[in-house]
Amino acid sequence: MAEALALADVVAGYGQSTILNGLSFAAEAGRITTLIGANGAGKSTVLKTVFGLLRPRQGSIRMHGEPIGGLEPRALLARGLVFVPQGRNLFPTLTVRHNLELGGTTLGDRALLRRRMDAVLERFPRLRERAEGQASALSGGEQKMLEIGRALLLEPKVLLIDEPSIGLAPKVVAEVYALLRGLAESGVSILMVEQNVRAALGMSDAAVALEQGRVGLMGPAAQVLADTRIKALFLGGGLAAAG
Amino acid sequence: MTLPTLSRANVAALAFIVAMTAGLLAAPLFLKTYGVYLLSLWALNTVAAIGLNLTLGYAGQISLGQAAFLGIGAYAVAILMKAGVSFWLGLPAGVLLAFAVGLALGFPALRVQHHYLAFATLGFNALVFLVIRNEEWLTGGNFGIRVARPELLGHSLRSGIDYYHVCLAVLAVTALLVWLLLRSPWGRAFACLRDNPIRAESLGIDVRSYTLLAFAIGAACAGVAGAFLAPLVNFIDPSPFGLVPSIYLLLMVIIGGPGRFFGPFLGAAIVTLLPEWLRVADVWYLVIFGIFVVALMAFCPGGLLAVPEKVAAMRAARRSARGSAAGQAGARP
Repeated sequence: MAEALALADVVAGYGQSTILNGLSFAAEAGRITTLIGANGAGKSTVLKTVFGLLRPRQGSIRMHGEPIGGLEPRALLARGLVFVPQGRNLFPTLTVRHNLELGGTTLGDRALLRRRMDAVLERFPRLRERAEGQASALSGGEQKMLEIGRALLLEPKVLLIDEPSIGLAPKVVAEVYALLRGLAESGVSILMVEQNVRAALGMSDAAVALEQGRVGLMGPAAQVLADTRIKALFLGGGLAAAG
Repeated sequence: MTLPTLSRANVAALAFIVAMTAGLLAAPLFLKTYGVYLLSLWALNTVAAIGLNLTLGYAGQISLGQAAFLGIGAYAVAILMKAGVSFWLGLPAGVLLAFAVGLALGFPALRVQHHYLAFATLGFNALVFLVIRNEEWLTGGNFGIRVARPELLGHSLRSGIDYYHVCLAVLAVTALLVWLLLRSPWGRAFACLRDNPIRAESLGIDVRSYTLLAFAIGAACAGVAGAFLAPLVNFIDPSPFGLVPSIYLLLMVIIGGPGRFFGPFLGAAIVTLLPEWLRVADVWYLVIFGIFVVALMAFCPGGLLAVPEKVAAMRAARRSARGSAAGQAGARP
């Protein structure tokens, strides 16, 4: 299976502090790879570094074999790498349609943008019904759908998504996961960060468990979920102590 | 032929614009020379405040240097007219100069935000003020420069009423252009910049360019206002371009309601005209004005245009509290 994303010996952090300490792993094309780990393990930092919001100090990042480390977000969007950050990412003062339209900022072709917007609204009928309303009036689940729909405007090759289940009801989380599963089956490679380990690994193909900015455990999602050392990762003490 | 359907809010806004335009056009019939001058000043202050509202209210970049751009526009026109250049050539020169300097002032905003940015822009205003005051060979220093009213298509604008109509036209054109800008993808990009620059960047919005443009366009509006201010007053000196006038311009945006299109119109009216109406209160007028501002900021920080929303929210909260109290009383045996 081809690698959609490959990180090798990546070191990155904020100011004086180093969060990623020589991180290396690969996410396969057309699969969902989920990053798990305790708070502060560096999960979100991985996504920010891959997406160019944080410059790697060392190491290489490749997307489908091409080096992308240190590129600006606009350049990465043009290559089909899209990022949905953690939390509520809509602009509350704008309408649903305008929020959606912002996803096509880098398209540069109005006719193409209109066609893609129609396709996204076709896919999410609830958003089409409320297209002219304020985005802030949408429910939590609808807002997340709008964020994902906005990411789909660029027809991404690789989707980075940070904690899509946060703040959502279990039923809505299942809908969001089903949507992501469908995207992966249509060929989109997904690198996801999740705290909701059991549910997330239940729908993922592969898992990477981070510990202090390095890979602690890595492998097929079911295998990582069944590994007894996973508890140590979240409860403290580290994997080495857990044997 | 089918007519486009207008929402109730659009009809209300349209009716307000028509009534306001009619009122402003008819106002000189009921006012003396000083009243017409004050309304002209209100129109130009509104133009400068519209620019600051774009920078601060829509793009979220605080600036305490708007009066400096007013000064750049005013002095560019005054100096060029003194050198024999027509006002109508001096005007684009002043606006372009304000735009270029505004673009340069945007660079600190790429590094710092909030109070740090406020002080960076305040420092810039102090710098411009010192240049205007001290470079006597160019600006006339505290002695100022006399500026004649221009002609328009061979018609002299020496009359206060004629010049007032020009100021109104300048306000209408600026407001229309900014309205169109805000409805375009640029306007939405500015809103994204204000709400969350990281989110904006993750969508591919060029945060750097839009930050610089937010400053430059806001500065250009002040440049336009300054260019027309010089002939309105017939004379310019450094005093209207210092730190205090910058704070007044900021107050216009804050009082009206930052990020609201008609906010600067209302804010400029209150800051420009209220002190005149309060003259009857003699030395107390600044006290009354100060108390009004403190009360507004304490109870409605969203500005005067946010008051109806605040009242509606309070009424809804009271209704819901009354409803739940009645429900509880009904549930009691």
